[in-house]
Amino acid sequence: MIELHQLTKRYGSKLAVDGLSFQVPQGVVTGFLGPNGAGKSTTMRMILDLDRPTSGRVTIDGKRYGQLAEPLKKIGALLEAKAVHPGRSAYDHLLWLAQSNRIPRSRVDEVLALVGLHPVAKKRAKGFSLGMGQRLGIASALLGDPEILMFDEPVNGLDPEGILWIRNLMKGLASEGRTIFVSSHLMSEMALTADHLVVIGRGRLLADLSMAEFIKQNSRSAARIRTPHVQLLLDALHGAGLRAEPVGDGSYEVEDGDLVRLGELAAQHHITLHELSQQQASLEEAFMQMTADSVEYQAGADRPAPGAPPAWGAGWQQDHGPQDGAAAPGPASQAPAQAQAQATAQAAPQGGEEN
Amino acid sequence: MASFPAILQSEWTKIRSVRSTIWTLALTFVVTLGLGALLSLLTKNNFQEFAGDGPFDATSTSLSGIGLGELAIIVFGVLAVGNEYSSGLIRVSLAAVPQRGTLLTGKAVVLGALALAVSTVTVFVTFFVGQALLGEHSTGLGEPNVLRAVLGAAAYLTMLCLFSAGVTAMLHNQTLALGILVPFFFLLSPILSAVPKVKTVAHYFPDYAGRRMLLVYGESGQPYGAGAGFLICLAWTLAALAGGALVLKKRDA
Repeated sequence: MIELHQLTKRYGSKLAVDGLSFQVPQGVVTGFLGPNGAGKSTTMRMILDLDRPTSGRVTIDGKRYGQLAEPLKKIGALLEAKAVHPGRSAYDHLLWLAQSNRIPRSRVDEVLALVGLHPVAKKRAKGFSLGMGQRLGIASALLGDPEILMFDEPVNGLDPEGILWIRNLMKGLASEGRTIFVSSHLMSEMALTADHLVVIGRGRLLADLSMAEFIKQNSRSAARIRTPHVQLLLDALHGAGLRAEPVGDGSYEVEDGDLVRLGELAAQHHITLHELSQQQASLEEAFMQMTADSVEYQAGADRPAPGAPPAWGAGWQQDHGPQDGAAAPGPASQAPAQAQAQATAQAAPQGGEEN
Repeated sequence: MASFPAILQSEWTKIRSVRSTIWTLALTFVVTLGLGALLSLLTKNNFQEFAGDGPFDATSTSLSGIGLGELAIIVFGVLAVGNEYSSGLIRVSLAAVPQRGTLLTGKAVVLGALALAVSTVTVFVTFFVGQALLGEHSTGLGEPNVLRAVLGAAAYLTMLCLFSAGVTAMLHNQTLALGILVPFFFLLSPILSAVPKVKTVAHYFPDYAGRRMLLVYGESGQPYGAGAGFLICLAWTLAALAGGALVLKKRDA
């Protein structure tokens, strides 16, 4: 088990990691989430004793990483995809790693086969694509058959096939009872693979809870209604004891509204409907809202003033009227302001890298 | 603690699996031998012009290609350490062997052993070829101080290689290390050793000190002999490696 106690890292005047304490539970996939620059990679480097904490400590089964005799047999890590000498072959790269921790040579062939790099094992790594580099990095992590695996943004820059491969690999490794700690800045990706969530922003812990808990807390559904006869609709809803909130584009939302009941209600009152649909808030939005104040680099300088609805996940806000404009697309408009699909359906990565 | 033989084996795999190792070491051999042979031949054919005041030093004449050959072994030392930094490989290495001092020691042992083996072969071949070309002016290994000078040449190349490796570990950047070491050994040190007053300082630089070992007869005006030269060069080498270990230990990888 990985345990962090008040882990802090300061670079000059900047606090990269600020009093971080949490435990990575055993035998499950823990998603380590945060916007770019939140301190995820720094935290992972400190777990591996590569960066020295300014204060606090981190232990693996009670020991500091530097105290592990043959660490690759305990914890395998993928930090950067292309951390390999460009002139060395994949086979030789894995061989020296194996030798340093007295791992048998036969294991090199095993992991090469596992990640599908056997055909290019003797080729120099210079010609490797990002996906192949990522596979080699994963092969290095698996080399010592460790019970703990740590991956830093493993799907970054991969094509859909590569993403699917990594996702299935992580599920497979978890089903073998291994502990997996994987960082990402994509909630949607984590929703598919993680059992537990640790969310950080600006180096601070924002949430540490199970995925089920997170979904329970953050999944909210609403029925959206659009009609040319607004007043008639509102009266009819009021008569039925329902409350509708204007969304801003002329439509209204009824929280936890049942489509069947609303449709029948409209029919009874002879109200023409232009839209009656189910709205599901995505977990991505919930995550963005959670980290909205701690986003390090925002596109555009016009952050919303205090009191105004937050830009990220603005669709969540219940009490903003039509005067707020079209659901505040937000400074970084890559975020869908209106949730149209469930988080589980949006697995596509949004570009972005963290070093 | 990680097993030291395992680290040596792993570092040996690292060093033998990249082409730059073969190229730089082959170049050390070829340049030292080629230039040494050429200068030996020229000396024989123009002996009257070349002969100075003191006794003729056939050994150092045959080994004079080292002046350029050392460049290749310096590059070898820089690349062996520096390529870990240029590719981010250092983090993989340290994750595998978190005992940083032990890791660098293992690397230095493998690097030093390989450099010593290649240097020894190079200087002996160069010596014999040079003597053959010098004809009647040649000397033999049995003559006083000659074997010491030849072995000294091998020690000199090995120490220069390890010194460069240590400096690279201190700078943790191979481009910067090459940018400092090459001009230092090829411009700064030779120029400063010729400038009055400044040269008393330059005479304690690792290359000047190390070259004392190559001379069978001491030059007039040199402040110390071969033994002291060896110790000064060794001190530089150990200091560079210790500095590299210190930086590696202190610094975030």
